[in-house]
Formats: sequence, C-alpha cells, structure tokens
Amino acid sequence: MTDRTSRRAFLKHGFAAGAAASIAGTARAQSADPLITEVQPWAREFGDGVDATPYGLPIRFEGDVIRRNVEWLTADTVSSINFTPIHALDGTITPQGCAFERHHSGAIELRKEDYRLMINGLVDQPLIFTYADLERFPRENHVYFCECAANSGMEWAGAQLNGAQFTHGMIHNMEYTGVPLRSLLEEAGLDAAGDLKDKWVFVEGADASSNGRSIPMEKALDDVLVAFKANGEALRKEHGYPVRLVVPGWEGNMWVKWIRRIEVTDGPVESREETSKYTDTLENGTSRKWTWAMDAKSVVTSPSPQAPIAHGAGPLVITGLAWSGRGAITRVDVSKDGGMTWETARLARPGEKMALTRFYLDTTWDGQEMMLQSRAMDDTGYVQPTKTQLREVRGLNSIYHNNGIQTWLVRANGEAENVEVS
Amino acid sequence: MSRFLKSATLIAMLATGAGPGLAQGLGLGRPALPEEIAAWNHDIDPSGADLPAGTGSVMEGEEIFAERCASCHGDFAEGIGNWPKLAGGRGTLDRDDPLKTVGSYWPHLTTAFDYIRRSMPYGNAGTLTDDEVYAITAYILYSNDLVDGEFELSDQNLMDVEMPNAGGFIVDDRAKTEYALWQGEPCMENCKDAPVKVTMRAMVLDVTPQDEDTAAQAPSAGVVKATATQEAPAEEAPAEEAPAAAAAFDPELAKAGEKVFRKCKSCHQIGAGAKNRSGPLLTGVVGRAAAAVDGFKYSRAMTSAAGEGLIWNEAELSSFLAAPKSYMKGTRMSFRGLNKQEDLTAVIEYLKSAGD
Repeated sequence: MTDRTSRRAFLKHGFAAGAAASIAGTARAQSADPLITEVQPWAREFGDGVDATPYGLPIRFEGDVIRRNVEWLTADTVSSINFTPIHALDGTITPQGCAFERHHSGAIELRKEDYRLMINGLVDQPLIFTYADLERFPRENHVYFCECAANSGMEWAGAQLNGAQFTHGMIHNMEYTGVPLRSLLEEAGLDAAGDLKDKWVFVEGADASSNGRSIPMEKALDDVLVAFKANGEALRKEHGYPVRLVVPGWEGNMWVKWIRRIEVTDGPVESREETSKYTDTLENGTSRKWTWAMDAKSVVTSPSPQAPIAHGAGPLVITGLAWSGRGAITRVDVSKDGGMTWETARLARPGEKMALTRFYLDTTWDGQEMMLQSRAMDDTGYVQPTKTQLREVRGLNSIYHNNGIQTWLVRANGEAENVEVS
Repeated sequence: MSRFLKSATLIAMLATGAGPGLAQGLGLGRPALPEEIAAWNHDIDPSGADLPAGTGSVMEGEEIFAERCASCHGDFAEGIGNWPKLAGGRGTLDRDDPLKTVGSYWPHLTTAFDYIRRSMPYGNAGTLTDDEVYAITAYILYSNDLVDGEFELSDQNLMDVEMPNAGGFIVDDRAKTEYALWQGEPCMENCKDAPVKVTMRAMVLDVTPQDEDTAAQAPSAGVVKATATQEAPAEEAPAEEAPAAAAAFDPELAKAGEKVFRKCKSCHQIGAGAKNRSGPLLTGVVGRAAAAVDGFKYSRAMTSAAGEGLIWNEAELSSFLAAPKSYMKGTRMSFRGLNKQEDLTAVIEYLKSAGD
C-alpha cells in the first residue's frame, strides 16, 4: 500500500511540475496498447531452438553496446586502445566481449599447447611451466578492476571527449581465476635471491612488443595473480589468452598479457614502458616514476553524454562506478550543482578492495539543468580530488593518473555534455 | 606454506619420483635449459651488465634507419604523423605539450638499446643484429645532437653516454604531496564561494567519434567496395591496364623493385601467405580497386577514394607512392614517398611480379 501511495504522489508531482506528457503517456494511456491487446508474433510463433546459438552474443537490439576507439589518438590500431561502453552497462562485472583492449603490437593468437612460462633470474631452479602445469597449482578467485594509467588522460588540459565511454572507459572489472605468482616463485625457490626486500620481478609478454615491466617483490608476493580465466571462461585473445598477469589496483600496463617470462632481478629493468611511458611529468619538468597505484576515482555513467535522460522530469536513477587501487570504496557522494552541495549515494554492495563499486542516487529530477558530479572515498580516508586540485599539484602534462572529479552538464531536454566548472 | 601444500608436494614427488627435486613446492614444471633462458632472457637493465658484444657507427645507423625505421620515425628520427618522435624536444619538458624523445626524456640509453633490440622494427620485431642495434642507437644519439657523425657505439662505451634527462625523475611521492591533502570528511553544503559556472565544454572541440561515423564506416565500406569493383574495373581497368601490364613485365626491373620494397616491408607483406600488418597485404594490388583487402581498416580518405572508383593502375600507384600524403590527404600510410622515378617504376614492377 505504501508503495502504491508513494507512486501516486510521484505522478501528481509530475503533473504539477508541468512535465506531465511523458509520465502521463505511460501511466494513463489514451487508448489501449496494441502490444497488449493484439497477439504479437513472438507470442504466437516459435523462437530459436537450443541449437541455434552454441555460444551467444548479445541480442541485436544491443548492437550499440560495443567497444569504440578514437582514431586520432594513435597512429595504428595495432598499437592502440579502445574503450569499454561503461555508459551502457550496469552492475560491476564487465563482459569480456566489450571490455577495453590495449595492445602494443596487436592481439596475438597463442594456443594453450604452445604456451610456455619461464621463471628465471635469481631463483634456486629456473623453471618452465606449460599451461597444464599451471592448472595443477592451487588456484584462487578474485574480482579486480584493470584501469589503464591513461584513462581520462585526454582530459588533463580540459573537457575534450564527449562521453563516459571515452573519458573513463579504459577500465574493466572481471572475476579472475588463477595461481598466485607467489606459488610459482616459491616453486622455483627464492633462497638464491637472498634478502627479498630489494628484489624485483621483471615480467614480459609473448607478443612482438614483449611489453615488459618491473614489479617490486613485495607486490609480487602479495596479491599478483597469474590468471587464465575471467568471468568463468577462458581469457579472450585480446585480454591475453591463454595466460595474463593480474596486478590488483595497479596500472593496466603492468598486467602483462600472454605472459611468457618472469625474472627475479636485483633492480628494475627501467624498460621503455616504465621510463619513456607511464611516467608522469610535473609542471617543473621533472617526472614521477613508479606511480603504480590507481587512486580512488568515480564517474556518473548515466545520465551522461551517450546516455541522456529520455523521460522528462520525475523519478530518475543516477548511477555510476567508483574504484580505488589502494583499497575499498567506502562512500560516494553525488552533486547536481557542480559541487556546491552533495548527497551521499547508495552503494549497490559494500565496496570490495580493488574492484569496481556501483553506486545509485535514486532521485527526483525537477527538469532543470544539472551539473552532475560524483566523488569517491576509499578506506584509506582518501577523497577523490577535483580536477583543479589535481592540476595545482601536477600541472597539465602528466598524461597518466587523472582521477579528478568529472562533470556532466545535463540540460533541461535531458542531453548531457562533458564540461568543466568553476 | 599450508599443511595441505606440503602434503600435496610429498604425494606429488612420491608419485612421479621426478620433478626438479626441490625442497619445497609441488614438483611442477621442469628445469629451464640454459639455451632456452638465453633465447628469451634479453632484457638489459641500466647497469648495462647484460649488453651484448657489438659495435655500430652513426653512418651505418643512418642507412639502417632509413631502411628499417624511417617509414614511421622519419629520416631524421623526427617522427611522421602520430608515430613516435625520437629526436628533438630538449628544454620542452616544463612547457605545455613537452616533446618527449630519446634525447629529451629517456633517462637511460640501455632502455633504448633494450627496446630496439627486443621490440623493433615495428611489425618485424627482434630481427636486428646486435651490431645493427648499436648502429641505430648511435644514429638516434646523433639525431639528438648528443654525438658527432663519426661516433661509433659499442658495449664498451654505451654506459659512458650521458643522457640529458637522467636526473629528471623522482620516485612516486603522492603519499606526501597528495594523500595528505585529500583526506577526511569532505564538504557537503555551500562548498564553493560563488555560483558554479561552466568554464569549458567538450562540444566546442568536437573531437569525439560519432555513432553515425561508426555505423557508416563498418557496413558502407563493404558497399563502397562492391560499387568500385563492379563498375569501374569491369568496364575500364582490366580491359586496358591488365593486358598492357602483362605485356610490359620486366623481371630484371622487378628484381630491382624488390630492393626498393624493403622500405615498405615493415608495414606491408606480399605474396603467398601474406597478411595484413600495419598496412594491408599487397598481393595482387596492381590493377585492383583501392581499399579492397578484406579485414583491413582503411582510412576514411582511402575508403572514399575507393567509393569514387579509384583503381590502383600503374599511373595512380606511381603518383601515390611518390608523395602519399599530398596524393591522398588523410591516408594512414606514414611513408614519406619515393623520390626517384626509377624506384617507382621498379617497385611497381615488383608489386606486379609478387602479385599472383
């Protein structure tokens, strides 16, 4: 009873606000709906048999929920990135088929049978594992986000790309199955490495770029996974099939795909990817290196430029994603007026460490212009900064690690635009 | 290690009686052979301890660079289009849009050597000899005015080269400079002094890919191709060009063209088993409609030229290859062009010969 009463109250409010047309349209139809009164083909005839789609793709009506790239960003799609359609997804798990890709020399085809993983360097016994060997180690399941350090990187100098997919879509969140890197290192034996405090591992992929990164031993022994399944099934080719590294909370470039070699070393290799790239230049020209952790960040995914409000004033679900590479999300606040006043949103589930958290603000839209923002907090007490605060510390040339608060200007007609505010 | 693992290890070792025979672990995997480690263990750290023996001069490097690197990085390592610029940029790091090159930014020369050796040339990685890598590295130093034209780089002197930005890096200091600032209970009301105003809009720039574009590109590329192959070549090109081309074929010239084609090889494959790389496969390209290779994503410029019926006959190919960017504004082919008419004629002859 209470529910029904409150819904009526909503409707009345809608009429009163003068944005009645669309609401009345659905609530009190002028004439009977033929979709109900007439027998529809799908209610009369057969659908597909169980043999029609041995492995299914989304229904064709969802054909616009796809990865997109930004052509002018890179010279060649083989060494490039595309973007997850986060504006059209809900919940937190990213389906593999639309999870962003980043390659340095293309997504290679590597059969499980041809897969070899070498552990070498300062170990007691350098080892070679086959894929089948990896499946015999005790394995774990964890949900983690993977965010490219360059996510939102095009926005340092100001609002540029018009859509959450393009400003925040270099991210995905999957449930991984794999073997802790620690198990493999211990299998090879770490006595030869001596004091582990100042040791590193260098990890390298099997593709032509042989993308290599150095990871401090402390992280390697903590939570790094050598993963072969995501969301329950084999990794996709574009995400490193058959085996990739998962480096929870740290920038995606370190999550080496098609991983073929792990070398225990007494220092970082300072490879191209950790010197000339993935270093963050400050205003005075010096650059930060080893900025591995992804700081707390959030974005409203709907409404947003690619997901305008189509229903007029009245009940509105504002939703988005929040995450932190240094812990779990504890709270997300949403502002409708560009950061002047804030309301605390509802977390769909309690935040999990280094995984995406979905938030909702179930609200009533008055049909007026909004400047929508979200602000994440994590369990270290960190509060997501504004873009102005970030720029005060770093200047405009950092490229990477832009976790500033995003603003969508939502107009009275429901359309939204990427803007910056005072 | 858990009790379970220990007992599992015991069982595994008892059962197989083999394995690496380690005190701990599950006995999984096998020892890596020295030659296997040698085949993969190529990374070189800033100590330079693992540099291979070898030597290469700036002059040798210039030639190799022109052949293997310049199609993307430019003759003078200045970079073409969106491809990485390797030279210049000194003194720009504290300005807007700093130019980060090997000379202006990279802290260690070992990094350049390591990267070129393991990951370059793009599309043909790991095919350079160590001497060639020394030579290319020397040429990049030369392009950055860090050594003179007579310079020779080797494992003996690589560590002596001073990199201008070696001291330009600090270890992540966010804990001190940022985390301390952005902490605690945030403001919830009246958080700004003045009413909030929009200061910048993405729409003004209009650089966001549009859905119409995406839709138009995928399906209509096929339609465009169909039009081009059905109409133009059927009526004109094959009737006139193809027989003429066959009659004029010159094997000697084709052989010379094969040498010229080395400039194309880092992006294009041709002949049996050719695949699309950063450029489309070129098997059968002479006399064929433009933008007709399945599975290759052409530039908008190329697709629309194909829509207007562009056929790669010898005359069109010759104009394109002489100056790709001026012939077709918006092509993604990052090649500076062939200056000599004899090279143009020869490479087209080679394209014909390797075309079937």
